Amino acid sequence: MAIRDRLSGNEAVAHALKQIGPDVMAAFPITPSTEIPQYFSAYASNGEVDTEFVAVESEHSALSACVGVAASGGRAVTATSSCGLALMWEMLYVASSMRLPIVLAVVNRALTGPININNDHSDSMGARDSGWIQLYAENNQEVYDNTIMAYRIGEHPDVKLPVMACQDGFITSHGIENIELLESDKVTSFIGTFNPDVRLLNPKHPVSMGPYSNASYYMEWKCQQAYAMKQAKQVILDISKEYANISGREYGLFEEYKMEDAERAIVIIGSSAGTAKATVDSLREKGEKVGLIKIRVFRPFPMDELAKALGHVKAVAVMDKAESFSACGGPLFAETRSACYGIPNAPKMINYVYGLGGRDVHVGCIAHVYSDLEKIIKTGDIGETYRHLSVRE
Amino acid sequence: MSKMVEIRWHGRGGQGAKTAALLLADAAFSTGKYVQGFPEYGPERMGAPITAYNRISGERFTIHSNIYEPDYVVVIDETLLSAVDVTKGLKESGAIIINSEKAPDQLRDKLKGYKGRVGVVDARKISEETLGRYFPNTPMLGAVVKVSEIMSEEEFIVDMESSFKHKFADKPHVIDGNMKAIKRSMQEVQIV
Repeated sequence: MAIRDRLSGNEAVAHALKQIGPDVMAAFPITPSTEIPQYFSAYASNGEVDTEFVAVESEHSALSACVGVAASGGRAVTATSSCGLALMWEMLYVASSMRLPIVLAVVNRALTGPININNDHSDSMGARDSGWIQLYAENNQEVYDNTIMAYRIGEHPDVKLPVMACQDGFITSHGIENIELLESDKVTSFIGTFNPDVRLLNPKHPVSMGPYSNASYYMEWKCQQAYAMKQAKQVILDISKEYANISGREYGLFEEYKMEDAERAIVIIGSSAGTAKATVDSLREKGEKVGLIKIRVFRPFPMDELAKALGHVKAVAVMDKAESFSACGGPLFAETRSACYGIPNAPKMINYVYGLGGRDVHVGCIAHVYSDLEKIIKTGDIGETYRHLSVRE
Repeated sequence: MSKMVEIRWHGRGGQGAKTAALLLADAAFSTGKYVQGFPEYGPERMGAPITAYNRISGERFTIHSNIYEPDYVVVIDETLLSAVDVTKGLKESGAIIINSEKAPDQLRDKLKGYKGRVGVVDARKISEETLGRYFPNTPMLGAVVKVSEIMSEEEFIVDMESSFKHKFADKPHVIDGNMKAIKRSMQEVQIV
């Protein structure tokens, strides 16, 4: 029987980690950190988990410590947000290239400046090319579920990559919602033990990890990383199916909401997908054929699957909660439009950058986007493809 | 109750508006509801106007945004009436509940023509007499439950007692005072 509870997103992740019991959590303990290390350090000092909690002096050190733990064959976790993730940057690439299945709980928040502490996806979207798997959550339930699945995905022999389990800062991280928790013994048996085939602390098989690699090997190494990311897609689906067996909640690479006969669709990530679902429901009551796709897995990007899901739609708005300053749209737009390139009768597609720095996104904002798509279908004119939502003129 | 009830809390940093919203979510959760309780974070400092929200429904819901057309508004600090547009979007079928020693009719002219019900409770007096200090959020919580009828008074009192036992496990002496504050505010709130 699932345990009915109400938790904030931060509490949900801390609870999942308590049930997982990693060997080490290394985290910077103050701003811009989150409540996740705070809650978890209480579990550690109360003896509720065997995990060693290491309060390090910076996020760079937090991830460095996790690299050391994972290279030694331990399960490592850290948590951060915003500029804390930015300070980890160098080590993000070290972790992924060393093929270490570290889990990083990301609470998505804007990057300064102007100085801002609120939600958007600038932090993790900036890290999208660092070789980490990225899972995004709509609500507290999903971030709990993703955190539990993250270790299994990252540690899979076909993958061996670090995983970011992301949620929206404040909106879910500090919001209390209903949640269904699994019994701890179910989590324990789902998670299993971590038995990497190569680790530093194994005197019978001494190895060197993270060495210098010059031009004669660097590219082969990178190709192996890229191959692992390709493999990850199927592994994520398999693990998600296995998780459905113990939880009753099944997740794909993305969720299709009322897409069967949809003529207009939006593609969106994170908590605003919930608001968009409420918008879809109210427009559907008026007979409008609208739907949405919520991306759960951004890395690896579900390119072929997304093209298939959008193939029958007339017009699509891709929603980016991060500005990439490409002068032609955000990262999700670039990937989604690329996915649909070359498919017959590809939908007309626009991009909306929205919700930056905590700009609130309500049902009216999303309804505005669907109404723009209606205009595009009626007139056949896409107009400006790269737009910003709810901005003062 | 399948229909969603939306509540907006106005307070000043340090008065416990966020805590009150989370406690209300807790209590409504205990009666089997789907809930959200969340703050809106601005510049965090003592005394600055802050906002927190609740959604409470008998049915699952997915929306994640601030609340623009609340059923109820709770004003924890009377001085906010002239600083913040507290009745903005407030449904006339709902009510506004204000912490004040004044009578509802004395406050109505500060509410920009709001025609719905106005509730008043003297949370300062209640708090100082039951808790010995000024913690206005607990009495306001009792008043909003009484006025909004989002759950039965009996259920609410039982839930709050268990919440406080959990929250104040290391300070059991404050549980009685908080319970008295809640019960008194439920009796003393005036609604016109």
